[in-house]
Amino acid sequence: MRTMPPPTRWDQPPRAAERVARAWALSIAGTSYVSMGGREVQDFLTSLATRLIRALTAEKFEPSDAYEVGGTLVAAHFTQPETLEHTIAVLAEQFAGAPPKRVAEIQGALAAGYAQALRDRVLDEQEEIRTAALWARARAEEARWSSEARFRAVFVGTALGMAISTVDGNLIEVNQAMCDMLGYTEEELLSRHADDFIHPEDSPELREQYAAITAGRREHLRMEKPYFHKDGHAVWTDITISLIRDQADRPRFVVGMVEDITDRYLLQTRLRHQALHDPLTELPNRTLFFERLGDLLQTDAPDSRIGVCYLDVDGFKVINDTLGHDIGDQLLQTVARRLDRSISGPGQLVARMGGDEFVVLIEHSTGTDDVVQVAEKALDTVRAPVHVAGHEISISASIGVVEQSVHGTTPAELMKAADTTLYWAKADGRNRLALFDAARHALEVTKYELSASMPAALERGEFFVEYQPLVRLSDGVTIGVEALVRWRHPRFGVLGPDNFIGMAEETGLIVPLGRFVLREACKQAAEWQRTIPDRAPLMSVNLAVRQVRDRSVVADVAAILTETGLNPAGLQLELTESAVMGNAGRPLEALTELSALGPRIAIDDFGTGYSNFTYLRDLPVSGLKLAGSFIAGLRSPDGPDPVDEQIVAAVIGLAHALKLSVTAEGVETAEQASRLRTLGCDTAQGWYYASSLSADQLTF
Amino acid sequence: MERPSWAPEDVDLDRPSIARVYDYYLGGTHNFAADRAFAEAVLTATPEVRTAAIGNRAFLSRAVRYLSERGIRQFIDLGSGIPTAGNVHEVLRETSAGGGKVVYVDLDPVAVAHSRAILDGVPDAAVVAGDLRKPAEVLANPALRGVVDFREPVAIMLLAVLHFVTPEEHPEDIVAGYAAASVPGSYLVISHAGPVTGRALTDDEKKSYEAYRNSPTPVTLRSASEVEALFGDLTIIEPGVVPAARWRPDGPTDRLPEASMLVSAGIGRKD
Repeated sequence: MRTMPPPTRWDQPPRAAERVARAWALSIAGTSYVSMGGREVQDFLTSLATRLIRALTAEKFEPSDAYEVGGTLVAAHFTQPETLEHTIAVLAEQFAGAPPKRVAEIQGALAAGYAQALRDRVLDEQEEIRTAALWARARAEEARWSSEARFRAVFVGTALGMAISTVDGNLIEVNQAMCDMLGYTEEELLSRHADDFIHPEDSPELREQYAAITAGRREHLRMEKPYFHKDGHAVWTDITISLIRDQADRPRFVVGMVEDITDRYLLQTRLRHQALHDPLTELPNRTLFFERLGDLLQTDAPDSRIGVCYLDVDGFKVINDTLGHDIGDQLLQTVARRLDRSISGPGQLVARMGGDEFVVLIEHSTGTDDVVQVAEKALDTVRAPVHVAGHEISISASIGVVEQSVHGTTPAELMKAADTTLYWAKADGRNRLALFDAARHALEVTKYELSASMPAALERGEFFVEYQPLVRLSDGVTIGVEALVRWRHPRFGVLGPDNFIGMAEETGLIVPLGRFVLREACKQAAEWQRTIPDRAPLMSVNLAVRQVRDRSVVADVAAILTETGLNPAGLQLELTESAVMGNAGRPLEALTELSALGPRIAIDDFGTGYSNFTYLRDLPVSGLKLAGSFIAGLRSPDGPDPVDEQIVAAVIGLAHALKLSVTAEGVETAEQASRLRTLGCDTAQGWYYASSLSADQLTF
Repeated sequence: MERPSWAPEDVDLDRPSIARVYDYYLGGTHNFAADRAFAEAVLTATPEVRTAAIGNRAFLSRAVRYLSERGIRQFIDLGSGIPTAGNVHEVLRETSAGGGKVVYVDLDPVAVAHSRAILDGVPDAAVVAGDLRKPAEVLANPALRGVVDFREPVAIMLLAVLHFVTPEEHPEDIVAGYAAASVPGSYLVISHAGPVTGRALTDDEKKSYEAYRNSPTPVTLRSASEVEALFGDLTIIEPGVVPAARWRPDGPTDRLPEASMLVSAGIGRKD
């Protein structure tokens, strides 16, 4: 007969289970990591406790519930041994009133289920992680293999030369393209060191940059550099060097990728040569010359000196014109070859500037003698007869030599100086050298500048007219003035006619300038005729040779007289003897026409030119002005020069015989004045009386 | 120098991996002898590290639930490691929303391989290999972009990983990089090792710290206020950066073990 077990404390399973679960939760809290909140853990353990209570209260012990509870704990990630330990303990405590055998059976089944599940779980997880590791490793291997395979394909197949070396410079791998490029076998290359590839043309910077790579301070480097081919010729390359580091970031390998650019390099070199050399003579051209000159002027020490010989073949145009351009060209080729052979060398560059002009650049000159020696050698070289196409041609050259410090000059200034100096050599008669003279050059430059600025100065009104009194010797009364032009130059101040009239005559500016002076003077004279009619002075104005020969001079004078309203009798025109006499030795027709307009005509600077009295008789001339050089003879410290005095006396006598008045110029002392008065001279001018003055400073 | 893409990370099972060591802390057996030896050395000196790890894991679950309740449906778990249990996608499954999109990112190829295996067949989840220190690179990953729609808010999870980022690697810039890529309404979750108060380490803690210092993955410990600074412009939501166990706990926290003071945690929102 079956007897019901006595009612126990677990006869109301739900509440009992909750109670057990609470104690259980407390005891295992924190022993394992589970992803459940506190409430969830409580519910979870309650359901487990329910099953355990069922096992406890069952009539016959059935291990499966307890066994499964053990497995369920593990499945919920209660995987730490402490959890089992605390579970066994809490069950012993909670089930204290139950039959000890049954409690032990339940604990045993739970532990067995727990152990089995934990064993399975560990084996599963280990399986999983090993699989993952194997997979990851396989992927890595695969990636490595395929990258290695890709690298191999690139390394072997590329047309670029590739080399890998250790950072110590030992080559460990080279490809076929690299071997072919340099003409070595792989074995030969691998036995070499990176330093064996240094080329003498490699710059020190390149060495530093390479050292920075191997030291890990730099990752990449790209440059052009030459290598020696096994057979000795240079192989020009564009090379990229990269650093490869190991996993700890330490420099490990250096990879070089090398492109053969020899063809391009040679082409560039040839193009550069062409750009810098003259195709006819093969000499360096002006570009190269100026490049070198510029470098020298810039980079050399300031106390260093330099020399330039500017050479021009004399009369080359004639040769070209008479014998033809072919022969001219051959001549230039011969001259170039000879100059190159005899003069070119270290520190001496011969270049063709163009046409028949050559230049020698002497670097690091020690003085003028150095450069003159080179110039003389060049002259000798050119003087040797040249045989061209059956002609024996003797030629010569002129050379301008400049020798100076590199400091304080520019290529343009230096070459201008050389050009000017060459011109001097030509002007001095060719077939010679001229040495640059800074003072002469400066003067010429100033003159040139003055001359060039004169037309604009006339426009701007920088010229003005002053008047020098003409004094009647018999009573000292001022009876006239000579109009003298002045230039108020913005930089040089007021300049007298000596400084610019010569240039104005050369350039032709004298025509408008003379017209300006005549107009100004006539205006002033007309004013005096109006304001002081009884004392109005005679206005004497110079006409230059070029003015007189200019066809418009007669019309100009007529127009100005009309325009200013000047009574022509109050005007005197001064002409030099050379102006009066035409080219054919006959007086100018213009003279008669001028005279017909009414002014007096005076011969200026009489005694310095032709001085022929015979023509004076037939010309409409009313006066002479004695050149200052005669007057100067009357004031020498030892008393008047008797010869000069006699000449002056004779001139005065003859002039008076021809009914011409005589004016003495340049009177500076009372003694001169007194001698001239004694000799019967009519009028005088000069510092002794007055220098030139503006119109309002003059009184009559 | 950047590792060339053709030179993959070595799979060296003789060196401890932080992912597998962490798994061991949590009672997992997805680990190898070298991992266990390293973990045991740390646990011997500082057994509370295990509690801290468990606390961190519990924070993850609460944070995911919290964000899910606020409508976040996309999660990027950076440095996800070996997901033993209670992973983001599992937590999401238990929420009222019933799921969400998750991308796990890890640098450890074994962790990635393992995640790939357990996520096989899981919809809306992906794992990508990537270095969380390079936000631009990670965010450009096509597999990641296949799951995450950046026009929608996203949660960026940086749990127990930023302490592996050294000051020289500028963790604040890394955080800012992820924040910049997200639309307003997105969240950024951080948990970080280090005495929360910034106090000095005990001798035992120093031992563990040195163990990590000498490993391939040294740690930089940061206090709560330093962690707060990592959030940059983001608005840190209540209760701020606090011990992980105190961050919106499920139950009473008045009797927290000392270990809970070893991890700071917080969430920032992009406004």
